[in-house]
Amino acid sequence: MSILRLPRAVYEAIRGHGEETFPHECCGALIGRFAEGSWTVIAAIRAGNTRTDSAHNRYRIAPAELVKIEREARRQGLDVAGFYHSHPDHPAQWSSTDFAEAHWLGCCYMITEVAAGKAAVTHSFLLVGGSEEDKRFEQQIIQVAEESGEL
Amino acid sequence: MTIFIPTPLRTFAGGQDAVEVNATTISEALAKLTETHPELRRHLFTAEGKLRAFVNVYFNDEDVRYLPAKEATAVTAADTLSIIPSIAGGWTN
Repeated sequence: MSILRLPRAVYEAIRGHGEETFPHECCGALIGRFAEGSWTVIAAIRAGNTRTDSAHNRYRIAPAELVKIEREARRQGLDVAGFYHSHPDHPAQWSSTDFAEAHWLGCCYMITEVAAGKAAVTHSFLLVGGSEEDKRFEQQIIQVAEESGEL
Repeated sequence: MTIFIPTPLRTFAGGQDAVEVNATTISEALAKLTETHPELRRHLFTAEGKLRAFVNVYFNDEDVRYLPAKEATAVTAADTLSIIPSIAGGWTN
């Protein structure tokens, strides 16, 4: 299993975002660094869910918003490490829709179950494989650092 | 012009996060990118040579699909292209 490291404040911000948007899905980008086979997330950047037609069970981040997020990451010397979203009243497991719509190979997809408005379980999955045709999700170990200096 | 390469495709572009190409149009820029880094081709284009449905290309801040001249749009050295695979999902199967 690969490891995803992130500071407590970022982890809680991601989970809090899901509580704020409940009963709709929240979404955002994870910004960080890749070293020695693991991602370390430094910041989470909130994004709007453009699936306003079905926001309780779908999310989509506008590519134009991602262009700006990538630009900001680059300015900070960081990379897009992956994305997060919530599953309102559904388990923190990837769905067939999550899998079909996942295209960022080598990046992390973090999912938080928000049960009755409260953040419950959070899992992260690394999209592995060399192409769209042989991609798969592998669950990661999430390591939450109490102080950012521990990362 | 500068073509920004997203995290998942850098491994197919020599590990670079940006590639400089000399081109006069967007399509020429993408062609030169995939000539220099052939492994990128199957990740960006279908067998028929069309951009894959989940690959978004932004010319500066504009989606190339919505430009009047689309990929035939003229470019200068100061322009940028950003390749952005789509991000979507949700709990519904």
